[in-house]
Amino acid sequence: MQGNHAIAEGAIYAGARFYAGYPITPSSEIAEECSRKLPKLGGVYIQMEDEIASIAAVIGASLAGAKSFTATSGPGFSLMQENLGLAVMGEVPCVVVDVQRAGPSTGLATRPAQSDIMQIRWGRHGDQSVIALCPSSVKECFTLTVTAFNFAERYRVPVVLMPDEIVGHMRENVEVPAPGELEVVDRKRPAGPPADYKPFKADEDGVAPLAAYGGEYVFHVSSSMHGLDGYSNNDPANAAWRVKQLHEKIDRHRDEIVLTKRFGTDDADVLLVTLGATTRSGRAAAIEARRQGVKAGVLQLQTVWPFPDREVAELGRRAKMIVVPEMNYSGQIAGEVRKAVGPDVDLRQVNRYNGTIITPQDILAVMLGAK
Amino acid sequence: MSHATGTKYLKGGILPHMWCSGCGIGIMLGALLRAFEELDYTTTDTVVVTGIGCTGKADDYMITNALHTTHGRALAYATGIKAYNPRLNVVAIMGDGDGVTIGGNHFIHACRRNIDLTAVILNNLNFGMTGGQVSGTTPPQRYTSTTAYGNPERDFDICALAEAAGANYAARCTPYHGWEMKENMKEALTKKGFSVVEVVSPCPTHFGRHNEMKETPDMLHWLRDRAISIEDYRRLPEAERTERLAIGTLVSRDFPDFNTQYELVKARAQKG
Ligand SMILES: Cc1ncc(C[n+]2csc(CCOP(=O)(O)OP(=O)(O)O)c2C)c(N)n1
Ligand code: SF4
Ligand SMILES: [Mg+2]
Repeated sequence: MQGNHAIAEGAIYAGARFYAGYPITPSSEIAEECSRKLPKLGGVYIQMEDEIASIAAVIGASLAGAKSFTATSGPGFSLMQENLGLAVMGEVPCVVVDVQRAGPSTGLATRPAQSDIMQIRWGRHGDQSVIALCPSSVKECFTLTVTAFNFAERYRVPVVLMPDEIVGHMRENVEVPAPGELEVVDRKRPAGPPADYKPFKADEDGVAPLAAYGGEYVFHVSSSMHGLDGYSNNDPANAAWRVKQLHEKIDRHRDEIVLTKRFGTDDADVLLVTLGATTRSGRAAAIEARRQGVKAGVLQLQTVWPFPDREVAELGRRAKMIVVPEMNYSGQIAGEVRKAVGPDVDLRQVNRYNGTIITPQDILAVMLGAK
Repeated sequence: MSHATGTKYLKGGILPHMWCSGCGIGIMLGALLRAFEELDYTTTDTVVVTGIGCTGKADDYMITNALHTTHGRALAYATGIKAYNPRLNVVAIMGDGDGVTIGGNHFIHACRRNIDLTAVILNNLNFGMTGGQVSGTTPPQRYTSTTAYGNPERDFDICALAEAAGANYAARCTPYHGWEMKENMKEALTKKGFSVVEVVSPCPTHFGRHNEMKETPDMLHWLRDRAISIEDYRRLPEAERTERLAIGTLVSRDFPDFNTQYELVKARAQKG
């Protein structure tokens, strides 16, 4: 199975029944697969006029009760930003897949990159937090898509799944989990009297139950600053509460959201911090390094946002050297790693930004070479 | 027979509203809510989707379901709602900036898709909320806060655009003709497929002030004097039409709507 197909299958497994999108390489296989599968399941596939409309329709459908999602790549992801902010502000569960390709602009349309990392975190105006997950194998394309929907539903947030083109187009054998094998989370529904329902009144866990349009609960959702009832509210005290609540909702569940994998990190002198396809090169490099007598280990960031700073710090401070391979020029992950471990650690970057993969040799050269 | 007031859809305790005196938005909203009442719409099965602008504030006064969206995108959000739950009455309320300027692409595609929504576009010929700047519906050579020497561009005819792009229904109204507006709203709401109600409306604060209609009622009178029923309009010689505003039901036809077409797709998928 191809990574992109596994994403579509994972979404359907998680209960997605609405897809709106606008085709773009290297994500189009997800749309194609959804257009074949969703009508069979009684779901909706709709091709919109652009990505602005796609994410808007996804949000609308979610509020009508659907688990909904879209997939795109850099240029389309840029177009989605404003409306993605509405999903944050209105606390609307949904999933956006950004199969990362090389930029800037149209760039190398068919080639991989990991250069949307900061855009995913900071691309929208206004102050907000976001969850982003990054698969490194076809199997993870499936399982992390299910996780993305679960996080979206549990915390009433948009979740970005950010495979790079290599992982999106990679083919591997995967066994599709049987129904019930993976946990599937559904959003909390309101239970009290409809007259008392407040769509932004959070429970103990910081998340408010969400009704669906057309049920017995009538509700307002707004991109403008709003109060508990969803109606406009410009009071500074209300605005402060809102912005804080949107951040805190994610912060307080940080440990459930941050997912990492460790490969030989227990005794590692050299720590590789990887995501997506570079995890594969990183693991190969670590194995080769150990063969040559250097104790290397890999920390894979399955969750990229919120950034696994504590995990990086824990392992990074024990290591003599940290190496961060990533397919971008600016060292978007390396910067976060530096923040986590402080200025004194020997942190080395391996960057490629020409649309080709970072090889184990690239990593070894930096890891084993003189500083 | 008692007349519908529409007040049962109004949020209590929020008046007075934010709109300037002499603005047409309140009259538009009144007509829409009366239409809701005459059609026995429930708050549970009705979703109002608004854009951004003076017009886009309308949901703040309503107690139906609502989604207040981003500038120009209301129809795209509404499309997602309706495509997923065809049972809902989905109404998008937008300004002319929202509806056909920044949102022009969504508008023509909603028409083409002929999805069973009602789009109410309050056309006050400018961007009211942001200070009366030029819009895609500002007539040529008119003055706005960004066309100090006149507008060099042409304006969209919203109803003609709707017709060309494939909508099933298009009507034009003015706040001077409140009863007719309500009737057009009802037709639009009950029409299957995409329906557009264009409400050409005064914005005395900006458009009126910039265009020698300085007193609050002037722009309303200007609309009254130009308005002519579409039936009479069609009988006018071409030369006399230019300064007139045809009102009434301009387009009414029955192409299949998106949801009906999609049911065919689903049936085929489920058979295969
Ligand atoms: C993306 C974006 N661009 C610009 C604006 C600023 N803006 C807010 S309302 C508006 C125009 C409103 O005009 P219209 O839609 O005609 O509504 P009216 O106020 O006239 O009812 C603009 C340009 C915005 N909110 N979002
Ligand atoms: S600025 Fe114009 S459109 Fe806005 S409320 Fe005032 S009169 Fe109405
Ligand atoms: Mg306007």
